[in-house]
Amino acid sequence: MEYKISNRLRTGAFILMILGALGVGYGFMDAYSVNEGNITEFLANEDHHGAEHATESHGEEHNVSAAHAEEGHAEEAHDAEAEAEGHEMTHEEHVLHQLHNRPYAALYVAAFFFFMISLGVLAFYAIQYAAQAGWSPVLFRVMEGITSYVLPGGLLVLAVAFIADSHIFIWMDENVVANDTIIQNKESWLNKPWFFIRGLIFLAGWSLYRHFSRKFSVAQDNADVNDNTYFKKNFRIAAGFLVFYIYTESMMSWDWIMSVDPHWFSTLFGWYVFASMFVSGITVIALITIFLKSKGLLSFVNDSHIHDLAKFMFGISIFWTYLWFSQFMLIWYANIPEEVTYFVTRIEDYNLPFFGMVALNFLFPLLLLMNSDYKRIPWFVVMAGIVILFGHYIDIFNMIMPATVGDRWFIGIPEIGSILLFGGLFMLIVFTSLGKYPLLAKGNPFIKESEHFHY
Amino acid sequence: MEASKVIHAIYTDDDVLMSAVKTVKAEKYHIEEIYTPFPVHGLDKAMGLAPTRLAITAFLYGCVGITVATVMMNFIMIQDWPQDIGGKPSFSYLENMPAFVPIMFELTVFFAAHLMVITFYLRSRMWPFKKAENPDPRTTDDHFLMEIAVHNNEESLTNLLKNTGAVEINIVNKDEDAH
Repeated sequence: MEYKISNRLRTGAFILMILGALGVGYGFMDAYSVNEGNITEFLANEDHHGAEHATESHGEEHNVSAAHAEEGHAEEAHDAEAEAEGHEMTHEEHVLHQLHNRPYAALYVAAFFFFMISLGVLAFYAIQYAAQAGWSPVLFRVMEGITSYVLPGGLLVLAVAFIADSHIFIWMDENVVANDTIIQNKESWLNKPWFFIRGLIFLAGWSLYRHFSRKFSVAQDNADVNDNTYFKKNFRIAAGFLVFYIYTESMMSWDWIMSVDPHWFSTLFGWYVFASMFVSGITVIALITIFLKSKGLLSFVNDSHIHDLAKFMFGISIFWTYLWFSQFMLIWYANIPEEVTYFVTRIEDYNLPFFGMVALNFLFPLLLLMNSDYKRIPWFVVMAGIVILFGHYIDIFNMIMPATVGDRWFIGIPEIGSILLFGGLFMLIVFTSLGKYPLLAKGNPFIKESEHFHY
Repeated sequence: MEASKVIHAIYTDDDVLMSAVKTVKAEKYHIEEIYTPFPVHGLDKAMGLAPTRLAITAFLYGCVGITVATVMMNFIMIQDWPQDIGGKPSFSYLENMPAFVPIMFELTVFFAAHLMVITFYLRSRMWPFKKAENPDPRTTDDHFLMEIAVHNNEESLTNLLKNTGAVEINIVNKDEDAH
């Protein structure tokens, strides 16, 4: 079962990347077309339009509430920034920052989204080894293909973080830190060199595991039938990796995501990000498996494997919802001002994406994948998978955007361009890697059981 | 009352039983019942039993549960006496919904689980003091029993069952009123 990336797929990936790069470039040009010189004019135009629209459609009442929201927003949503500069920042400066942050944040969201898919798959892969699962070895090569994106994807996330600097991580701005005692108290953790060193340590650990696991997996193919040394090695490093992973994944989520709101903290955040990456990863395994199977390359994968993957998609979607709700409800219930601003900004400025993602990530998978028969129908799983992936992009969007662009969000050219750019790269790397070795890990001691897996 | 005759073929191995079921089905005999000491994987498929609809009833019961929870709390907390309890907004159900979700969840599970179990008991006719319908006590330990109705074909049926590896074949007069 050899697979070679087709020219059409490679060309398609390059086209996506070029279109994406153009979109990202346009995003930067568009954002920087507004500067200190013409910001007043820009805002005047905007206010004029806004006011006209408001009076036309809803009359005075709406105007009042809009003004109120604006006021509340300025006070609550961006108190990090405002407070940081001792309330000296003018409205113009504030808006200018948000406009300029947008292309960076769009790039960062997409970079992290595709990276987390491959990291989620790596965790799933390690769990399958550590648990000595009998059903999944036929999917190992697909998983190994997807995890080939961990290293390049992770480096890209760090690179975007490095380039974006204080456009995403407000604590990287020295002027802000100088006036902000809350961030100052966190400086021993949140400082630039330590942030990037930590990032590189995490990445090194993950990609080392990935490297050796792939190596042993391929070596097991060529080993003697009675020689399971490489499998045992893989089992051991998988167990070790999982311990390393659960610590570093948690810290990574504080660093790479939670620190965009340096005034806010939540204890189950690491788990929440984990659930998001895990379910997206499993979904992508299912999608790529179905794609390769439709090409006739995975004849040893049967309905029951798809069924099991769909069960995981279903179960982990509910797990994600459980964590999302636990985080939201605890903070909503206690309503402590320092914690609750996080959700106030999201509910006020991101109402549709914030609650829409609950529908996408919970209601759709719940209803689509509850029926046992539907979980065996490829197109059904693909539909549910697309909804889940879109939902989890929105999830990451909701984590990053409110802290960087505030209410000036839109899913427009910079965002879609970034998705295309990283999506194309993801496809190129993953499918190239899939073509390197046979698609059946024939040396795995569980492979016979897995081929005959029947649910 | 007309006493009908049934044949009881006893097996001691579930694999032999499975292949016997397939042979009997292939010969187009109708299997009345099979008694086993433990679930035999794939037996229902081999016998051609219709899939259970218990999961569908559970889903519907869950829907009833979430409706009961919503209607109940909406009436009590929002409509009947909307007090201000610790500043929680009791103006509409939606506004205070996060606080209700744990109960909505639990009642959904409660209704789905319990009503499904009760449905199972009713459908399988199981209750305390119910007289056991077991034709042979050994089938609760290590024997498997296949029951086939006899319609003047005793001999051919007996031969067929012998060939399938039955260790014991009994012809039993079964009084319809007996159970």
